[in-house]
Amino acid sequence: MAKTDFEVPELHEYVDVPALEEGVMAHLSPFVAKPDHQEPLNFPGELVEDWHDKTLAKLDDLRSRYRSLQVYLDACVKCGSCTDKCHYYLGTKDPKNMPVGRQDLLRKVYRRYFTFAGKYFPKLVGAEDLTRETLDDWYSYYHQCSQCRRCSVFCPYGIDTAEISMAAREILDSIGYGQKYCNEIIAKVFKIGNNLGLPGPALADTLEGLEEDVFDETGIEVKYPLDVKGADILLVTPSADFFAEPHVDGLIGYGKVFHEAGVSWTMSSHASEAANFGMFIGSYENMRRVSMRVREAALELGVKRIVFGECGHAWRVAYSFLNTLAGPFDFLDPDYPVPQHICEFTNDLIEKGKLNFDKSANDHMTLTFHDSCNVARATRMGDKPGGQFEIPRAVIKAVCNNYVDMHHETIGEKTYCCGGGGGLLTDDLMEIRVKGALPRMTALKNAVEEQGVTHMAAICAICKSQFTKVLPYYGMTMDQIVSVHQLVSNAIVLTGQKTEDDESEEQEAEG
Amino acid sequence: MEIEVNGKSFETDEEGYLVNLAEWEPGIAEVMAKEDDLELTSEHWEILNFLREYYEEYQIAPAVRVLTKAVGKKLGAEKGNSKYLYSLFPYGPGKQACRFAGLPKPTGCI
Repeated sequence: MAKTDFEVPELHEYVDVPALEEGVMAHLSPFVAKPDHQEPLNFPGELVEDWHDKTLAKLDDLRSRYRSLQVYLDACVKCGSCTDKCHYYLGTKDPKNMPVGRQDLLRKVYRRYFTFAGKYFPKLVGAEDLTRETLDDWYSYYHQCSQCRRCSVFCPYGIDTAEISMAAREILDSIGYGQKYCNEIIAKVFKIGNNLGLPGPALADTLEGLEEDVFDETGIEVKYPLDVKGADILLVTPSADFFAEPHVDGLIGYGKVFHEAGVSWTMSSHASEAANFGMFIGSYENMRRVSMRVREAALELGVKRIVFGECGHAWRVAYSFLNTLAGPFDFLDPDYPVPQHICEFTNDLIEKGKLNFDKSANDHMTLTFHDSCNVARATRMGDKPGGQFEIPRAVIKAVCNNYVDMHHETIGEKTYCCGGGGGLLTDDLMEIRVKGALPRMTALKNAVEEQGVTHMAAICAICKSQFTKVLPYYGMTMDQIVSVHQLVSNAIVLTGQKTEDDESEEQEAEG
Repeated sequence: MEIEVNGKSFETDEEGYLVNLAEWEPGIAEVMAKEDDLELTSEHWEILNFLREYYEEYQIAPAVRVLTKAVGKKLGAEKGNSKYLYSLFPYGPGKQACRFAGLPKPTGCI
């Protein structure tokens, strides 16, 4: 764990609604993108001279393109329902991290220039001039929002702060004031094919290593294929699954499930990334360019189905937008969902009784499940409402004997963000990441103390990395976060695989 | 930003990574480690040297599992895990060790 120059919140039984401390997070802004990061995304390299006019023109453009944005800017009645619902406000006490406070940063400029009352009686309606300081305030506080949409669950008008935050970032990008973390990564996807910048040979080497490891462990030749033409299924998974822990243990699990299902599958070096940071920066054009790689790979490889690995916002883009962004997918097999989530795929096999498990392989753990925000509030799985909550839990329960949920106010559609979503998973924002994790850490700690939970599973690469980093700040350990398909991998008994019981029986027979 | 190594100065970015990776020399790792209150031992250098070899071949840092496996094979199974790597590089092998070794910063959901 790194040294800290900020105060880590203490965990209590409940998260109290804190007294306001104005401006306490104004110092925190992520590193600004350089021209090298901006230009591949078709954004100006640095802040343009006529930023004032360009900002207003872009805001005008966005509110006409997205009717939702116009409604959200107009509809707020300051009822206060959202005020204590944001993990970043609860963890920082800064009123600009209240959802309404965050929305108002953009709303006050909208009112000043685009409404009658704001033009003529600005003070009466909280309208304010757009200044250079406004831009810095936007840059700071719109990068303290993980676009998790928890606040929108509680807003009686359904105002979605995520869309306002995305619009603000799009405006900032369009005037040359972008965020390094997101934009550097999107540029890497265009150049190399994934967020990490893993070239094809490195991917191939890594996957070959996994095949060796699984063979050593099970005696079965499970394949982790790359760029295989004519395979039935294209797996698109976050590049963190190749690179990081516990992500890679999930990838190992997907491979074992595909192996047992007897299907032909492949990954693609061209579409070696499920994540789509184009959504975080509110850029339809960049989100589309990233998505098109999936379509191109599917056509090039001639697959019949597309399955997405464990990645939260990727599933939102895939489930909700992929057909609009990169469709039509009329070349895929219509008998399967387009696309399908790996948890749906595994759960179908479990329901059909096609997978064998030794659940005791996970008996050293008591699990709980962290609902990732984008999966929980922006998607579905299976064919029933709430499938996105039920299916991952059904998979965990099929492979683990010990499972409990965290407090009901902190899961399902009311789940708290991990604290690192929406383009905030960068070291320069560690303070907001740690503080924003407070509600989830509180719920987890309670489950640890009251119900003996030892590990938390998740189906999002960002959640897994974020928890790996922040758990130690709260007195827990980095290995307490696991992948759902890591649990599957632990418990699955591959056809022909010798179990420990078989081995000891053999030894007895020989002895 | 820049760092001084053996009388020469090297440009680094805002996160402390070397800007021109081709300029890397061992002294840079020593100075960066000192700034992080670390003294580089032969154990550290075993990791840093592996990172550089891998980078030369693949133009990217090795995945954590590739690294732990290689370390385990070379130095014994008890060292082939993340815990050992974090004990050497508390900010994380991916980020801190890569920075010392003159590799680009791994980016993404990690």
